[in-house]
This record gives sequence, C-alpha cells and structure tokens, in this order.
Amino acid sequence: MDMRHLLATLAGKTVREVAKLRGGGSALPGLVAEKIDPRFLPRVLGNLPRGVVVISGTNGKTTTTKMVVELLQGQGLKVFTNRTGSNFTRGVVAAALGSSNLTGRLDADIAVLELDEAHAVHFVKLVAPRYCLLLNVMRDQLDRFGEIETTAGFLRRIAEATTGTMVLNREDPRIAALADAGGSNSAGRAAAVQVRYFGLAPELRPMFPSDDDMRSSAAVVGGPVPDSASAAAAVLREADVVLTGCDGSDASFDIGGRRIEAQLKLTGVYNVYNAAAALALARTVLGPDTDEEALLRSLADVTPAFGRGESLTVNGQPLDLVLVKNPAGFRLALRSFPAAGYRTMIAINDNYADGRDMSWLWDVDFESLAATGVDEVSGVRANDMALRLFYEDVPVGRVDTDLTASLERFIGSAPDTPKRIYCTYTAMLALRRELGKLTNVEVIS
Amino acid sequence: METTGTRQGADRPVIDLLQLYPRDMNIYGDWGNVLVLRKRLQLHGYEVRLHEYNPGDAFPRQVDLVVGGGGQDSGQNKIQADLLALGGRLKELAEDGVPMLAICGLYQLFGNFFRTGTGEVIKGIGLLNVDTVAGPARLIGNTVIESADFGTVIGYENHSGQTFLKEGVQPFGMVTKGEGNNGQDGTEGARYRNVVASYLHGSLLPKNPAVADFLIRNAVIRRYGSFDDAPLEIPFEAQARLDAAARPR
Repeated sequence: MDMRHLLATLAGKTVREVAKLRGGGSALPGLVAEKIDPRFLPRVLGNLPRGVVVISGTNGKTTTTKMVVELLQGQGLKVFTNRTGSNFTRGVVAAALGSSNLTGRLDADIAVLELDEAHAVHFVKLVAPRYCLLLNVMRDQLDRFGEIETTAGFLRRIAEATTGTMVLNREDPRIAALADAGGSNSAGRAAAVQVRYFGLAPELRPMFPSDDDMRSSAAVVGGPVPDSASAAAAVLREADVVLTGCDGSDASFDIGGRRIEAQLKLTGVYNVYNAAAALALARTVLGPDTDEEALLRSLADVTPAFGRGESLTVNGQPLDLVLVKNPAGFRLALRSFPAAGYRTMIAINDNYADGRDMSWLWDVDFESLAATGVDEVSGVRANDMALRLFYEDVPVGRVDTDLTASLERFIGSAPDTPKRIYCTYTAMLALRRELGKLTNVEVIS
Repeated sequence: METTGTRQGADRPVIDLLQLYPRDMNIYGDWGNVLVLRKRLQLHGYEVRLHEYNPGDAFPRQVDLVVGGGGQDSGQNKIQADLLALGGRLKELAEDGVPMLAICGLYQLFGNFFRTGTGEVIKGIGLLNVDTVAGPARLIGNTVIESADFGTVIGYENHSGQTFLKEGVQPFGMVTKGEGNNGQDGTEGARYRNVVASYLHGSLLPKNPAVADFLIRNAVIRRYGSFDDAPLEIPFEAQARLDAAARPR
C-alpha cells in the first residue's frame, strides 16, 4: 500500500463526508483525492478482476449504463459504477471514494463507467478500459465541441485505448467506422482486440434518423432519400444482438442468432435499442458463463434512468418525462410517443448543460404534434420554441418562461388525461425538483 | 426535387425558392430559414415552389430566391466541386438582383477562398469579394449586431474560419456582442447587391424578420414588379428576440 494512495483515500473520504453533511458537491472529494494522488484512479481501478468498461456516445449513456450494471449484477457480479451522474473523471474518483474501503481498495469485480466523450479521452489516458460500448455520435453540444467529427475523434481515442472488446453500434456509420481502431494504443495487442456489434433490423432503421439525413422531408415530394451506402455496409457486419421489433413495451431481439421476446419496463424505441446495446455488452463481458434466463429476467426489470423517459404518477395521473437534448433525439422521441390522447408540454432551457444554441429546434420535425397542439411551452427559451411551433402550424396553448407556473397549470389541467413533458436537461432537473415539492410523485418505471 | 405548398390555390403567383445542398450543408437549423421564407411568402399570398438542389441535380430554370447553409467539413468537401461548377450561374443570378442568403459554410465558399490550418487553399466561387482563413480558436456564442438596413440582428455564431471583407462588399452589420467575421474588425457577415451572407445561426430568419422580408420583397419585385408590403403579425417573434438578446454569450 502506497502512502500517498492511502492519504488521498482518507482525505477524499473525509471531504466526501463533510460535503454530504453540507448537502452537495459530488465532485469535490474527487478533486481532493486527485490532487494528493494523481495516480489514484489507475491504482483503484487497475486491479479489478474483470476490468473496466467505458460507455460513451451522445445519446443514451445514462440509461444504458444503468442497464448494463443491473444486467451484470443479475449475474452475481459486484459492479462499481458512477451512478451519481457525474460522468467526468473527477466524478469517477468521487464515486470510487464512496465505494472503497479505508485502504483505498475497491470491493468490486468490474467497473462500468458512463463517460462524457471529451472527458473519456482524459480518463482512458489514466485507465485503459478492457471493454468499451460506443453508442452513437450525434449533433449535440456542438457549441462545446464544434463538429460531429471532433466528437467522433474523441470516441476513436476510447477505441484505441481499449484492450479487450469493443461493442459498437452497427447502424451509426461514424461508430461502426471505429472497428479498426481497437487497441491500436497497446502495441502488439491490437490483434487481440475484438469487435462486436449491436444493431437494428432493416425495417426499424427508418425510426432512427441520423444527422446525415436530417432533412427527412415530409415537406418534399418523394420523401427521404435512403442512405443506401450505410445500409449496405450494415448488412455486412453481423451483430450479436439485433432489435427486431418494438411495440410499446414489447420488444423482440435476435440474440446470438435466437429470437427472444421480452416485455420491458422501458418505453420508446430508443430506450429499447439501448437495451440491445446493454445486452451485447453484458454477453461480451460474461462470455460462455452467461446465464441467459437470468439475463432476460434482469432485462425485464430494468427501469429508465432518472428523468430519461420516466413514467411518473402525479396526483393519480400518469406523467411522462422525456429528456430531449439534440435534434435526432427529439425527433426520435416524437416518433416513439404518439401524441393522441395526451396533453403535451415542452420545456426548453439554454443553460450550459443544455447547449446555448437554439438552432437545433429548427431541425426537429414537430408535425406529429399538429393535431393535438402543445398545451404549455416553458423554459428560458419558451418563446423560441413557441415561434418554432408557429412556423410548423402546431397550435400553442400557454407560453410562459416560468417553469414552476407552467408545471402547476399543466398538472392541474384536464385531470383525466395523461400528460407528457419533453424537456431539456436543466429543465428536467428543475421540473423533477418542483414535482417533488408540489405533489406526491410515484415512480412507475 | 421540388414541391409546392399544398394549402394554396393554383392561381396564386408563384415564387421559386432554391435551397442549396440541403443534404450536405444543413446544420444548425438552416432548414429554419427555408421554413420562415416559405411561410411568410404564403402569408403574403404567394405560392412557394421549393427546389432542393443537391450535387449533380439539374439546376431549375426559374430561381427567385436562394438559401444555403453551413456544413461539417465533410459536407463541404462533398459539395465543393459541384459548387465551383455552379459558380458562374449563381454569380449571374446575384448580379441580376436575385436575393440570396448564405450562412456559415456557404458564406465562406461564396467568397474567394478558404485557407485551412494546414495551408491548403479551398477555392470559393468569388461571388463575394471576401477571403477566409482558419483561425486559432472557434468563435462560439450568442451574437448581436447592429445593421444599417435591418436594425438589431440577433443570432448565434459557431465558426473557426475568419473572414475578411474586401473592396465592394459591405458588412451585414457591426458586432455589439460576440466576435463576428474575424474577431478583429467588428464586422459581421457581408452584403453585396441583394445577397446577405452571415455566420449567424439561430436560425437567423425566425428572430430577424426584417432580413426575411428584405429577401422576400426583392424576390417578388424582381419577378412581379411590385410587392404589397403589408406587415405580418407573427406571435412570439418580438419576445423571442428580447429573450435571445438577454442571454449570456
């Protein structure tokens, strides 16, 4: 035991306790431990029997990580994860402090970590992952990274650092293109790095618009032009897990060549596709030891992560919270959840974590809301959102930048009608907080 | 590919609106500019024929208004040869008074050249007498400019190229918040005849109706000789402008 490591652990743990008393600061203890021992992380994560898994990509990291953790726990593994949602290196250190004993040893078989793309680059310099799961590259916080290609470059660095197996989204051309990058940082070991894919049956692919065919055009005669090149490439790669059907919470998968039907607690086709990703990764980690029945039982029990497609009951009425962060995600969500029979609210903030540029709202097709309209439009940029809806002939009820006022009106209206709120990240956090204050909230899934 | 508005009768006067490279140069909400032009033209009583022009397509015979946007570097590579071949035609139209809106990537390629960080020179069509060189950092954030013709213009910039205006080209406006063309001379965008070029997304036209109506007015007058400039009442527009202008960089 290295003295510095011990000291870093103790100091970090102390700060963690103090921070907990004060009720905040999940990354501060990590900062302290890192300052005292910059090698804290490689030391604490370096000796796990089954290594480290890094999960990254633009959309679905949090939900997918949660699923992977639960699938592996269902197989009896002790799993360390950064579940506090602090997906930066420092957050991982902070989480490790919480789970390690006083000598800084982590009692776990495997670490499953959700990492923001840019921070993952720093992380993999410290700790080479045995596995990585790369989900997608979409236009998200371009104001932070500049270009999709820049983000794809970050993910390439994760792939290059991976020593065991990469699990890749076959349907995202920028992710599938990383297949050749595996382990190229670990000289001599490149040949040993394996690639596995998860994918979609061809008939489900139109549900997942990519940024490259963003201009789907309901507005243009002839409709969208299929990206035949990437579809052809996808056919060539065999996927370990393929999502073959999705209807509400019923899903079917092709797993290792066998067809499996499952009833899930997840709704929305994109969440179910994340389940395919999680299954592929879990099967990779477990190999021939996989207890498939237990795996499918765990899958059926997985619930969405906080704020990601959660179904709540508020004052006895169903309320869905749907997180929307970027045009592809928003479009996908609108396609996944039919508006009929629901009242709809949209809450758009433009804080740093949301992305400041409102341009993305103009790349989302809101036609599916035209028949029902949107009852409440809220958030800092409510007027931008309302203007967007006006230009697509979607009727708008109330527009109010005050989230609390909008929420109160919304949940107080039409008591017998289920409700759905599409919200950006910081709007979701604020709404979740307000819901807790206002009413009895019961989390259904 | 072309479409016409479906709600209007066939006897309304037609405006042919061309969107350049929607497949490869349509990032940061450039579609919003097309939507706004189409809707406002419809509200003014015109039928809009939207032409989507992608590399290799036949160029439409009648063009009253041209819109083009920005792309990823990969998108720009895909359209560059096609754009150079189209350059003569676009220049003729611009000289003839056809209003055009070129945002970000197409603004750069409407200029003389773009010199990349590695010294490579990407040729533009020279419709605008401006030069662009790769800058050391991306200029990103909420931006406000004052324009002689359009008043306060609000948008969001996100570019690494730095553009310098040469003889015969006026700035779109002068920056009061943000960096603008190059972060040095205070200018943003470029004006030449009825061409408006800018780095501003947001999308630009929804929150800057004065610019949208300038393009529309000139398109209609050029084709039909006169334009009834009845003001449009668009809900949320004024408040969306105020909200955007108040946001931090």
